[in-house]
Amino acid sequence: MTLAPHQTSVQPVDTVTVSVDGIEVRVPKGMLIIRVAELMGIEIPRFCDHPLLDPVAACRMCLIEIDGQGQPQPACAQTVTDGMVIKTQRTSELAKEAQEGVMEFLLLNHPLDCPVCDKGGECPLQNQAMTVGRPEARFDEKRRTFPKPINVSAQILLDRERCVSCARCTRFADQIAGDPMLELLERGAQQQVGIGPDAPFDSYYSGNTIQICPVGALTSSLYRFRSRPFDLVSTPTACEHCASGCALRTDVRRGVITRRLAWDDPEVNEDWNCDKGRFAFLYTADGRVETPLVREDGRLRVASWPEALDTAAHGLAAARGRAGVLTGGRLTREDAYAYAKFARLALGTNDIDFRNRVSGDEEAQFLASMVAGRRLGPTYSDLDHAPLVLLAGLETEDESPIIFLRLRKAVRSHGLRVQAISAVRTRSLDKLQASWWACQPGNEAWALRQIIDGPQGADALAGLRQPGAVILIGERLAGVPGALSAAAALADATGAKLGWVPRRAGERGALDAGALPGLLPGGRQVTDEGARAQVAAVWGVRSDVLPSRIGRSSSQVIAAIRSDAARADADSEPAVQALLVAGLDVEDSPEAGAFRQALDEVPFLVAVSTHHNEVTERADVVFPSAVVAEKAGGFTDWEGRVRSFGPAIRESSSVADGRILAMVADVMEVPFGTGDVASLRAELDSLTPSTVTRAAAPQVASSAAPTPESGYALLATWRLLLDRGRLQEGEPHLAATARPTEAVMSRATANSLGVANAATVTLSTARGSVTLPLAIGDVADGAVWAPLNSEGCALLGIGATYGSVVRVTGGAR
Amino acid sequence: MPELPPAVRGFGVTFKTMFKKVVTEQYPEQADRFPPKPRFHGRHQLNRWPDGLEKCVGCELCAWACPADAILVEGADNTDTERFSPGERYGRVYQINYLRCIFCGLCIEACPTRALTMTNVYELADDNRADLIFEKSELLAPLLPGMIAPPHSMVPGTTEKDYYAGQVSGSVPEQEPDGDAAIWFEKQGYKA
Ligand code: SF4
Ligand code: SF4
Ligand code: SF4
Ligand code: SF4
Ligand code: FES
Repeated sequence: MTLAPHQTSVQPVDTVTVSVDGIEVRVPKGMLIIRVAELMGIEIPRFCDHPLLDPVAACRMCLIEIDGQGQPQPACAQTVTDGMVIKTQRTSELAKEAQEGVMEFLLLNHPLDCPVCDKGGECPLQNQAMTVGRPEARFDEKRRTFPKPINVSAQILLDRERCVSCARCTRFADQIAGDPMLELLERGAQQQVGIGPDAPFDSYYSGNTIQICPVGALTSSLYRFRSRPFDLVSTPTACEHCASGCALRTDVRRGVITRRLAWDDPEVNEDWNCDKGRFAFLYTADGRVETPLVREDGRLRVASWPEALDTAAHGLAAARGRAGVLTGGRLTREDAYAYAKFARLALGTNDIDFRNRVSGDEEAQFLASMVAGRRLGPTYSDLDHAPLVLLAGLETEDESPIIFLRLRKAVRSHGLRVQAISAVRTRSLDKLQASWWACQPGNEAWALRQIIDGPQGADALAGLRQPGAVILIGERLAGVPGALSAAAALADATGAKLGWVPRRAGERGALDAGALPGLLPGGRQVTDEGARAQVAAVWGVRSDVLPSRIGRSSSQVIAAIRSDAARADADSEPAVQALLVAGLDVEDSPEAGAFRQALDEVPFLVAVSTHHNEVTERADVVFPSAVVAEKAGGFTDWEGRVRSFGPAIRESSSVADGRILAMVADVMEVPFGTGDVASLRAELDSLTPSTVTRAAAPQVASSAAPTPESGYALLATWRLLLDRGRLQEGEPHLAATARPTEAVMSRATANSLGVANAATVTLSTARGSVTLPLAIGDVADGAVWAPLNSEGCALLGIGATYGSVVRVTGGAR
Repeated sequence: MPELPPAVRGFGVTFKTMFKKVVTEQYPEQADRFPPKPRFHGRHQLNRWPDGLEKCVGCELCAWACPADAILVEGADNTDTERFSPGERYGRVYQINYLRCIFCGLCIEACPTRALTMTNVYELADDNRADLIFEKSELLAPLLPGMIAPPHSMVPGTTEKDYYAGQVSGSVPEQEPDGDAAIWFEKQGYKA
């Protein structure tokens, strides 16, 4: 385990000279003895010590001898001083005996559970009992027992007998996650980890405690009894669930994923990840498209690959120049690049868009000018060192959990100030001690402008002018006219670094790969002749082959299909003859109804999908593609950092999207290349620009949110980390730890809407309604918060999204 | 004494042997007459508790110990409605591949519950590979009188510790599986 380097440049440090087991070393002042020994390759046994948690010296396993101090001392809590003479168990009889004694005490009440304990085979207690414990047990009394496991949450089980009271889990919950729901209770032999009555450990980060528990006291419902370490083939991978970019490790037993762990990446997720990344992997099993399908007489039937490739190639070739490509935000960067290239070369169109969410032209321009093709930055390490971070339209815990952890770390370690422009004072803002700037949904643009030139903004403006300040904005601002323009202007005015944080793992990669109507790979603009020539050179085609007009966005493509269908005369050429859709979910679209109809109406529809869904149902040709665990690829996280990975399930024969497109292109006789990951990656990397002519930042004027009439409220909403998302399917234990589905508003709003005493409220639009329990909380007046896509609350389904005006009535309707 | 011709001398051995005890064992005709020694390492057996519950907890220690990688085990949770062993965990999948096994017996040494032992059965030949991978149903010990085929509950009022302490001596009527469990059991292909 290593720590993130805190200095980017090497700075001289004070050093001291100490001797460990007779070997003299010079080390930085203030280092813990256990770290010094680690650096020297001397292993001191330990349980409670963890480099990312504050020392507590709870387990006493690391006792060593320091010359001049009569008692053995804990190496994990003592820092080195000049001239210190340290003797570990290797050279000191005192240390050795002390450690043996501690181990004997730890084992007194430890159950003989190894055969049924998940930790068996990778257990620090087993290992250290063998290396530093006494060979014979002297204890033959009755052991203390506890009833077998208790649920500290739906997912996490606790076997109290196995606990060595190291307080790693409780310190993690308190210090790192800020969810202090786990606590050490009782004293003496009865000491045990526990939760409060009716207060389960429903932290988004709860799974990390399983990973750092040095014994098998904490286990997950999902992995319990599933396998042993020697059964597993482990592959380092990157998480497909969000744009935080966690490094993970996937463990596979005979072709089946059994668990995922956080992998150590000091630059990104340190040692942690969130529960979604850890536990949501069962979606890979069910509902998969297994073979190519072709529509015949109105019904899909199984087809051979050559037949499906032929059918798709003919249909798409006939639609050249009049085809659209919708890729969604879940593709790897290599696959997104394959679609971008396929659209231009095989379909002769720029009508490609990865945004299956609220989006717009202002956002496209913003992305082109501020984000696409840029190198790394701002980064996690910038957050670590920032004096001030301004959040707008971003709920970090739900939408990018590792950003939250990093901010919290900076808040704890050096008093980072966090300011948030948000409709809701969320739990995460409290945990970050953030100052909350209440802002009605839709008013973010106005609020950002206020910082630049408003009277209340002076303080924030001065804060953002400090070197290293960072502004983080969420993708939801795309739906607020002028907000992205204002954010860009604010960054420009203050010199603060501006980070755009999308939600899905593939969005940044798709942007850099050119899956947008106005952009080619590397942030090059389609209207720029020089840029087209560069891309054409890499693709090995003449540059006039590439279409030069800015294409249509996803909503424009959908609208064009709808108006084609509405036109009665069948003779005129349709504006969109064919649609190529990658694995996206129709219900994620803010205009799902129109999208569905467009899918029905478009003359030719090709779907490349891992799972059966609403798109494959309507398609003329369906290709089965590989899920992340079955293929190699990479995601680009919000920082712009590439997170490449290899296939975890090596025995899978599924094919990645890039290869499928290459096969289709081959039939169409379009020079596309082989479409394998290595060649796509090499091409994409060679298209990473040194210089690009960029679009100007958008300059859309900000407007205030509408003032809702009486009985109506502005809707603040986003997706909770754990919700109805497709990729979380099949894991009921995880779902049971989700936050409650409820509508939240301020007391004043509830009073003015006349629902203050109602147990439930109904939010309705012209298209439908949802009824939720009502909770009173810190929400901007005139606004109501509800989760966007949780069980019993699919707001997109009733046409409501962030900033919509909804009717609020008390009680069920 | 004059030397006999070598050809005749050779028959001396034959003649002497005619009066010795025969060591050739006629297999398979007289297999019964020559049982293996009691400690002979033969086919494995997965033992049961006196009430019929399985002893295996699915810990995989046998698989770990096996130098030939002949054993595959997958553990699973016992539930109140489907219990195969006392305690929380049982072996849902248990296979021994007799194409690989070298009958070293390290697996039975590793077994913490004495669930796995070896019988003296040595007739393990077949004409195809698949049949030499023995499933749990083939390895489980036969049901003796007083045993009920799992899944069924533990003896009411006992814990798994009582089983290990030898407090359970047989099944009781309350443990009789209801119809559902029996049907389920059959579906899993277990020979009762
Ligand atoms: S925690 Fe370790 S030592 Fe304790 S029962 Fe589990 S495997 Fe055995
Ligand atoms: S449950 Fe594990 S991590 Fe928590 S105190 Fe006990 S041993 Fe330590
Ligand atoms: S924070 Fe994001 S990237 Fe990390 S594990 Fe969770 S979902 Fe995956
Ligand atoms: S007898 Fe030896 S080779 Fe055969 S299964 Fe047991 S451990 Fe493996
Ligand atoms: S590791 Fe030092 S006291 Fe626990």
